[in-house]
Amino acid sequence: MVEYILEMRDITKVFPGVKALDKVNLKVRKGEIHALVGENGAGKSTLMNVLSGVYPYGTYSGSIFFEGKECTFKGIKDSEKAGIAIIHQELALVPSLSIGENIFLGNERAKKWLINWNQTNVQAVKLMKKVGLKENPVTLVKDIGVGKQQLVEIAKALAKNVKLLILDEPTAALNEEDSENLLNLLLELKKEGITSILISHKLNEVLEVADSITILRDGRVVETLDKYKDDVSEDRIIKGMVGRELTNRFPERTPKIGEVIFEVKNWTVYHPLIEGRKVIKDVSIEVRRGEIVGIYGLMGSGRTEFAMSVFGKSYGKNISGRIIKNGRELIINSVRQAIENGLAYVTEDRKSAGLILMDDIKRNISLASLGSISKNMVVDENREIYVAEEYRKKLNIKCSSVLQRTGNLSGGNQQKVLLSKWIFSKPDILILDEPTRGIDVGAKYEIYKIINSLADEGKAVILISSELPEILGMCDRVYVMNEGRIVGELGREEATQESIMKCIMQSIKEVV
Amino acid sequence: MQHVRDIFKNNIRQYAMFIALIVITIFFQVLTDGKLLLPMNVTNLVLQNSYVLILAIGMTLCILTGGNIDLSVGSVCAFIGAVAGTLIINMKMDAGLAIVICLLVGIAIGVWQGFWIAYLRIPAFIVTLAGMLMFRGLTIAMLKGLTLSPFPEKFQQISAGFIPDAFKGLGINLNITAFIVGIIISVIYVIFAIKKRAEEKRYGFEVIAMPLFIAKIILVVAGINLFAYWLAAYKGLPIILVLIGILVFVYSFFTTKTVPGRYIYAMGGNEKAAKLSGINTNRVLFFTYVNMAFLAAVAGIVFTARLNAASPQAGMNFELDAIAACFIGGASAYGGIGTVTGSIIGALVMGVLNNGMSIMGVGSDMQMIIKGFVLLVAVAFDVLSKNRARA
Repeated sequence: MVEYILEMRDITKVFPGVKALDKVNLKVRKGEIHALVGENGAGKSTLMNVLSGVYPYGTYSGSIFFEGKECTFKGIKDSEKAGIAIIHQELALVPSLSIGENIFLGNERAKKWLINWNQTNVQAVKLMKKVGLKENPVTLVKDIGVGKQQLVEIAKALAKNVKLLILDEPTAALNEEDSENLLNLLLELKKEGITSILISHKLNEVLEVADSITILRDGRVVETLDKYKDDVSEDRIIKGMVGRELTNRFPERTPKIGEVIFEVKNWTVYHPLIEGRKVIKDVSIEVRRGEIVGIYGLMGSGRTEFAMSVFGKSYGKNISGRIIKNGRELIINSVRQAIENGLAYVTEDRKSAGLILMDDIKRNISLASLGSISKNMVVDENREIYVAEEYRKKLNIKCSSVLQRTGNLSGGNQQKVLLSKWIFSKPDILILDEPTRGIDVGAKYEIYKIINSLADEGKAVILISSELPEILGMCDRVYVMNEGRIVGELGREEATQESIMKCIMQSIKEVV
Repeated sequence: MQHVRDIFKNNIRQYAMFIALIVITIFFQVLTDGKLLLPMNVTNLVLQNSYVLILAIGMTLCILTGGNIDLSVGSVCAFIGAVAGTLIINMKMDAGLAIVICLLVGIAIGVWQGFWIAYLRIPAFIVTLAGMLMFRGLTIAMLKGLTLSPFPEKFQQISAGFIPDAFKGLGINLNITAFIVGIIISVIYVIFAIKKRAEEKRYGFEVIAMPLFIAKIILVVAGINLFAYWLAAYKGLPIILVLIGILVFVYSFFTTKTVPGRYIYAMGGNEKAAKLSGINTNRVLFFTYVNMAFLAAVAGIVFTARLNAASPQAGMNFELDAIAACFIGGASAYGGIGTVTGSIIGALVMGVLNNGMSIMGVGSDMQMIIKGFVLLVAVAFDVLSKNRARA
């Protein structure tokens, strides 16, 4: 007889116009790690919000049993009391408070109104040890990295005697090392009897730690797989998620590579705030017409800083080095000059640095090239709509019309708007920084197709990514970056997971 | 139809405020036994609120850049009044030349404040709070604490004058010039509306149905001509109304149709994204504050002319009226959302409330309470309706 800690039965949740969840059944065994996978908009977050009381009892139909008792949560407080804690993608920590204060936020170690600081810090250390966080409890949260902040969140949940831990995309913002640590921690907690629900896009992680996997699609459960009974593979999960066989995750392309069009030579950049610290050290790269060149590096390797400093000195100071296009040296001191010289940079952070979410699609698409749709500084608004319509069709942006707010679009469609904006600026060299971050499998494929067609038009594409399969599947040539340096250059044939990691490992050894 | 629906969705707040303005007007029209909309009072309403209307235009741009406000405009108005008084009354300078100098002083003030705000990135709130104190102090110092009066007739005409009627001799009791201007504006409006529709059709866009289109045109034309009639029935077109009309038209056009106007919205919407799109956001912010101080100078001249005096206490709380007008008119406190026409409607809502309550004999204490409450309700409506749209 298997014991279920959680049973959600026939959960249906309707938003105006959409059925977000349709008779979803979810059973989680006590002490397991249960993964919840599905494309964006499949209903994962909605389901977890129902569970944690964000959508209170009565706003959905169906029933929830936690530890055998039926639950009628009216808010997060109720579910926390029952022992359910949810850790969202966007961390709910107060940056200007200490680790200890954050761990016991809303749950203070106090006598009446007076906080007992000794107890706070002593107990914080205990919890921090449990999650493997080696820091002083009085350190401010803003002074530790994202990976450690994630651990603080988990410690915070443990402080509330959590029985079921829900993690929503916990590793999305972490580098590989921190991700590995976090997954190990989940396994540790499992040994102590804590059940977890893991929501993740990263299927390799899911396969690594999960005991069972529930696949959601369009608000329905496709199937629940048991690692010990079923034949679980990445392909099977993807098939379940997208509802069709994805035979190839990367579209086919026969590269037509021309002459060298763009070169950056001896590029060195200093940190904008910390005096004397080099962020980019003597980097040289070249790109050919029609070529997709990858820059692979872990977080903090300097890839984004490199791209942004090349793009009109948007990052860093005391920048030195040369930029050469078609054999002619360019002087680029501002973003405007970079755009005028045929450069485009698609940021990794589309929400905070790429799009104006409150504005509609057409205004976002035209923003970087207003000059081309205006006369005497007056914008031709009809032309603007016309152009936006063109890209909507070309890139298959799913929206009610080009007057829809970009903030209301899904991640994949937002990314397409951002790509449209930069394609419309008619660049010769496109730098794409993590173009598929946080996007589901189906939309990723479409983005890849767009990237391929850009290269086929004879543009040079620089693809920055921290996802190895993406780099291997898409690029004709790969630069490996680490610690602000290029530590390897590999052609399509030589580039494998092993050879790339070898470059990074070797460079670390050299430094030591 | 989705296209048209999205347009409506994006502007729902403005329509709501416009309807609110009409409802409030009708409300007071009934309560004041029809005194509110008497031709004389309508003219008065415009004159009374002229300074708020002018300041609200500039304030809209500041708020658009990211919720920045300018607290110094009231003091700048007073300071410009003091400059005008000193030049014209004490130094007997020609009014025209004095006005030009006043406008240049306004621009200089804008350069000063804009430099701190845009290039050193001191929060606008603090720079203009400092400006509010400094320019009030300078005003008092310049006037030595006294009120300068009276100004020559020519200068007063800015606020008190009317466009002379070219057809006075015909013995009609109406101001024909005002009528003709109304008709000309209507014709221009109709031509533009038809052209715009034709162009949209040429691009193959959805357009609103013909009957609806005609109804809209009739409504707007009727509105313009009714207003023109009201003015004609009193003394005709006030000079100040012409000035405000031009300013509203120019700034509306600037913000909605031009590239620099678009930059202001983009900056307020997401400054990082704007920068990465090649927009020099420092320059945009700088320009916005230079412009604000320039318009504050215009408002200062208008107000001084209306008061016929340069007083150390002039312009008190003007900044708050202008800011309130913008927020009532739908501007977002975080920037990136808002329109010049919205703020004008916001200013008119406040103006009608003021005027209507004054006619009814409501005390200024009650007036303040009610105005504060209206501001709160208008913004709350905005926030709540947005929350609902998101859920």
